[in-house]
Amino acid sequence: MDLNTKYTPQSWPDHPENSTLEGKNKFVGFWLFLGGETVTFASLFATYLALKNKGPSGMEFTTQGLFELPLVFIMTMLLLTSSLTSVYAMYHMKNYNFKAMQAWLMVTVLLGAAFLGFEIYEFSHYVHLGFTFNQSAFSSAFFILVGTHGAHVLVGLGWIILLMVRNAKRGLNLYNAPKFYLASLYWHFIDVVWVFIFTVVYLMGVMG
Amino acid sequence: MAHDVHTHVKSQTEYEYKRRRSANEMRGQLTTFAIMIFLTLIAFTAVYAGFSPNLVVPIILLLAVIQVILQLYYFMHMSHKGHETASMFLYSGVIVGLITVLTFVTIVWW
Repeated sequence: MDLNTKYTPQSWPDHPENSTLEGKNKFVGFWLFLGGETVTFASLFATYLALKNKGPSGMEFTTQGLFELPLVFIMTMLLLTSSLTSVYAMYHMKNYNFKAMQAWLMVTVLLGAAFLGFEIYEFSHYVHLGFTFNQSAFSSAFFILVGTHGAHVLVGLGWIILLMVRNAKRGLNLYNAPKFYLASLYWHFIDVVWVFIFTVVYLMGVMG
Repeated sequence: MAHDVHTHVKSQTEYEYKRRRSANEMRGQLTTFAIMIFLTLIAFTAVYAGFSPNLVVPIILLLAVIQVILQLYYFMHMSHKGHETASMFLYSGVIVGLITVLTFVTIVWW
């Protein structure tokens, strides 16, 4: 694989993400990682479901008292939209349009950062109420589950920003195309997990 | 590591065909997005409407599963060719995950 090969939209392969051996290996390895991530989050969901609303006797915190759906709705829309913008980024990557890809990735990063800002606000609000990490089995399970997701958002943001900065002057080639593709897969996976979080934690929590 | 990547320069017709095909696919992705927004709205509305949880919980769980399938098969391209190994890894994770959830909600008590 010659990194200096210059491509044109006409010579850019249909599947730049796996048209090299390295790209193919990354693709398979990354899906194996996503399978492992599924198990990680499933075990955190299992812990949360088992410990939901459980704590010391007389505990005043419940899912019904704590959660506010309008905030969760805004966060859901932000993350879902950022998933679409990263689809746009990969659409332009496959068309060999580097600038448009970077622009859509920038939009994705901004939406993701807004999501993270709301999550930090939410957590600090709970802590002010006295619902801290070690307050109860329920609070530990909640913060670990939603916090691990938040950490994934943070890692995803860092990953995409690093890719954008490192390749800003390089443009697209068959060495970095798989990297951009996998970062967008990771971003979609973060949204997949959030779909279950807003359903199982927040919507089902508000109903009791 | 050193191996050649075959470079094929597309003719104008081939190139226009590729662009049209990928534009069509992008339109499909927009439709997928609209459906996902719609499913989310239904889920939040169902909870706000205050129906019995016994009715709403199965519905919103089903909506979540549909939305995740759309995300995996369209946004993450699992509907494309060459995703057999990817599916095997992901579904293995899903099976282990489901067993874990089932176990914890049945054997853990307070």
